[in-house]
Amino acid sequence: MVEEERPSPDALLAETRREGRGRLKIFLGAAPGVGKTYEMLSVARRRRAEGIDVVVGIVETHGRTETMALLEGLPLLPRLRVHYRGRDFEELDLDALLARKPKLALVDELAHTNVPGSRHEKRYQDVDELLNAGIDVFTTLNVQHIESLNDLVERITGVKVRERLPDRVLETAEEIELIDLPPEELTKRLREGKVYVPEEAQRAVENFFSRGNLLVLRELAMRMAVERVDADLQSYMRARAIEGPWPARGRILVCIGADQQAEQLVRLGKRIADRRQLPWTTLHVQTSRAEELRESQREYLQAAFTLAEQLGARAESINGSGIASEVLAYAATQNVTEIVVGRSRRRLAQLRLRPALAWALLERGNDFEITVASQADDARAKDTSSTERSVIRPLHIRPYAESAIAVALATGVAWILDQYLGIGDVSLVYLFAVLIAAIRHGLLPGLFASVLASLAFNFFFTDPRFTLQVTSPDNLLSILFFLLVSVIGGNLAARLRAQIRITRESAEQSGLLFDFSRRIAGAVSAEDLLRATCQYLTETLDFESIALRAYRDAGLGDPIGVTEPPALIDIDRGAAEWAAAHGEPAGSGTGTLPASWWLFAPLGTAQRPIAVIGLNLGAKRASLTPEQRRLFFSMRDQAATALERILLTEDVKRAQLISESDRLRSALLSSVSHDLRTPLASIIGSASGLKELGDNASPAARRELTTTILEEAQRLNRFVQNLLDMTRLGHGALTPRSDWCDLRELIGRARARLDQPLHEHRLEVTIATDAEIVYADPALLEQVIVNVLDNAAKFSPPGSRVDIAASVLADDIVIAVTDEGPGIPPAERERVFDMFYRVRHRDQRRPGTGLGLAICKGFVEAMGGHIAVRAGREGHGTRIEISLPRREPPRSRLTEAA
Amino acid sequence: MGASRILIVDDEPQIRRFLRVSLTAHGFEISEAANAKEALQSVSSDPPALIVLDLGLPDRDGQALLPDLRAICPAPVIVLSVRADEREKVRALDAGAADYIVKPFGMPEFLARVRAALRVRSPPEAAPIYTVGDLHIDIARHRVTLDGRSIRLSRREFDLLAVLAAHAGRVVTHTQLLREIWGPVHEQDTQYLRVYVRQLRDKLGDDPLRPRFIENEPGVGYRLLEPEAYPQAPTE
Repeated sequence: MVEEERPSPDALLAETRREGRGRLKIFLGAAPGVGKTYEMLSVARRRRAEGIDVVVGIVETHGRTETMALLEGLPLLPRLRVHYRGRDFEELDLDALLARKPKLALVDELAHTNVPGSRHEKRYQDVDELLNAGIDVFTTLNVQHIESLNDLVERITGVKVRERLPDRVLETAEEIELIDLPPEELTKRLREGKVYVPEEAQRAVENFFSRGNLLVLRELAMRMAVERVDADLQSYMRARAIEGPWPARGRILVCIGADQQAEQLVRLGKRIADRRQLPWTTLHVQTSRAEELRESQREYLQAAFTLAEQLGARAESINGSGIASEVLAYAATQNVTEIVVGRSRRRLAQLRLRPALAWALLERGNDFEITVASQADDARAKDTSSTERSVIRPLHIRPYAESAIAVALATGVAWILDQYLGIGDVSLVYLFAVLIAAIRHGLLPGLFASVLASLAFNFFFTDPRFTLQVTSPDNLLSILFFLLVSVIGGNLAARLRAQIRITRESAEQSGLLFDFSRRIAGAVSAEDLLRATCQYLTETLDFESIALRAYRDAGLGDPIGVTEPPALIDIDRGAAEWAAAHGEPAGSGTGTLPASWWLFAPLGTAQRPIAVIGLNLGAKRASLTPEQRRLFFSMRDQAATALERILLTEDVKRAQLISESDRLRSALLSSVSHDLRTPLASIIGSASGLKELGDNASPAARRELTTTILEEAQRLNRFVQNLLDMTRLGHGALTPRSDWCDLRELIGRARARLDQPLHEHRLEVTIATDAEIVYADPALLEQVIVNVLDNAAKFSPPGSRVDIAASVLADDIVIAVTDEGPGIPPAERERVFDMFYRVRHRDQRRPGTGLGLAICKGFVEAMGGHIAVRAGREGHGTRIEISLPRREPPRSRLTEAA
Repeated sequence: MGASRILIVDDEPQIRRFLRVSLTAHGFEISEAANAKEALQSVSSDPPALIVLDLGLPDRDGQALLPDLRAICPAPVIVLSVRADEREKVRALDAGAADYIVKPFGMPEFLARVRAALRVRSPPEAAPIYTVGDLHIDIARHRVTLDGRSIRLSRREFDLLAVLAAHAGRVVTHTQLLREIWGPVHEQDTQYLRVYVRQLRDKLGDDPLRPRFIENEPGVGYRLLEPEAYPQAPTE
């Protein structure tokens, strides 16, 4: 199971809820007269001495002098007089206390019932209000007033307690201090008249304060306090995510075998666990005999495990050679305090040499409390199991035949030894055969061989020969040895085989797990991983498997399966949701929604479910064997770890993506603000100037201003064109409409569009005849040429030369634009095609959006070509090469006709 | 008859304003419509000599309005739009638009297109003679002269030039050209055109890098360029 390592939200919530609220301290006693009020006042005095504002709300001294002495010097709140049915009662003046608002208030007798007509019926409600007002409260309580112990107290003491305190009030207490007084002392004080006896107990006073009662009450009070300590410790540890085991509490371990008693033991374990209020585990140890597990035994085991999980136990199955040692080793690591075990039946047929488990545990498990359960219906169990055995287990002939052959061979060898070598005692030969049979085939064939061997030995080699009479005690001894050897050998061999099988099985399992971990290591997305997990589970367990992603707020995602995920009906989905919400398995074979065909197990913790994986058990009406179960949960745990890793990586990636898009956004913003505003500034400036000058403008000034407006507007237009192109690229919706086009026409149009930016440069166009016709999207290619030429014009000095040349190079038509500008350093040549990238030359900032070349790259690649930056002529300047795949132009028959 | 009246259909008052100012300065009369409804009313009550139509109208798409306008009024229509996609252009031109101008545009270009669209062609005589700059095309005699020199053209080349000349200054879509020269079967065979345009250019000594006569409108069609702007609006 996954241990919670995150701070549990509930625990943290409980902690924070206490903040701002007053703290409640309860002085708990077993009976009146143990000195609760005395202790409370002593502590309060110390607090006051520390400078804390303490007020006594109400304290009953019952006229005891010691107590009254302690009240001396503490500020007392006047009591409220309440008139009820002709009598005056004194009660706590809640409003006055709230108004006074001390740091700490003393309110005696928490279980007290207020006089009718008071604000609250019970005093603990007054206390609750004080706590809510942020006032700390000290109070006293006798254990018999606690609601949950009420019945018990009544049964023990015969006194019916009217004033009861709900247990939840105790739970809100920050601290509970147990005031303990040995019963002898209390009785003494009682005799001395130092104890005030409550009204209800007046008549039963003798009875109530009997030594036996006091002992029981004292134990109750102590247990109450101890449980509080445990709960505090746990909530403290949970709140701070300290890993268990928490030594203050223990665990009940119920050891079950594959027999009918298993379920009974589970029920007993549940009762014990409830009584002790401890968590519990059901454990089965698979040993040599597990090999022999029959169908019925498997069923017992599964039924017991299912029941255990339904009853809230952890169910575990481990492999090992010796049950007792495995149980003890497990118990030692799992913080177990008490072991429950059944009394083993000794079956004559099995002739086991090991001691009964219960005895072994009692002998060796000194650190544990061990409960040995008796068997309820032993006889019936024996009956059914023996009949089942004869029905279910077929007798294998082969081992017996081989054993017989071994004995026959031994007879042959012995005969030779006897006849030709004259060796008299040939029993050792038979012994050897018996040993072989026992080791090879196990106990029963071994016994069979020993019987055969005895007979053969007796018949052939003992006097009188060729009879079965036994005369010599030697021979009797031989026969006895045969039997003994076969039993020992058979047992040894069986154990060895089982050991091998277990080793092989766990090797297989770790192999599977290793294989699984390798398989899921390659997964890059959560869906990938879950699909791989499902596939693996389906392969290894032979049950259909699916997974559902769990989202914190949005419930479960759609099923992910190996193939087409199956349709889940409501109950299945319900089980999956329950598993995700509670962090525990649900569905088939569990205590929750067992009618579902699916078994769902959560990945992650109850606080943060990541996914749920499900196995379709229903279709086969099957349940998992302990090994399958273990494998399933191991894989689940492994997948959960891997999933956590993937999700973390995804988180990191997402964060990176966000920062990347943030970078782009700010780059776009700066580009837009610069490249939109600069031309706009010129336009607005020139236009307003023109308007302001009116008729006063000289023709020259007018011409200059209008030219500026026009040129800047055209520049703006080009920029907007870039932005539009960029969005076309960004949407991925760019599908070139390629056709045959005349490159000269496109260059001509580009040149016409760039008339203004290029007018200070010399544009040289050289186009090879075979490169004139290209297959491209004319609009896109024209824009590419415009952008590249524009770039060349921008980055090279006025009066310099810009070359545009097209030629055929291998399978490409290469259009190269070369300028005489500063060039681009080799390291940056790839990056100039990035969006918003601009080559910086010292502090020079060139106009341009950083979009032009990125658009070129997008367009050229959309047309199946590529674009690259190289050094210009003789290493100076920049050369941008656009390569487009060359295609043979269709030869038109019309050409000839012309 | 007075000056030609032009109807400007555009929902942007700024566009209408600068068009009005410029066109009035060049001697045209102007009427305006801000939407399709007004446009149809204006056209049916007082047919203009030319319609300038924006495609992005608030009440109806200009592409849909265009055939309706053509149906009730014989005046040529120049489409003005921010839509630069060739398919939009082809669609409008094939639907009967005389020309298609992408916003933003320069005024000289616009005026040239307006004049080209307005040019009143001589009634379809048997053999008109087109003069485009130094180029003379005599349809009846099947003769083309450039700067007084005679140029020998094949029949298809001549047909091509003749169709372009009949629409001088206006773009003729590939489809239109193919249909008129090779017939409706060859409407999709744009490579024919490319080949013939190339041959025609060679014979006319036209440099595609700096075209003097034939301009390509990629993905749309070809245009026979008019070399000079008229000093003022043609009047009857």
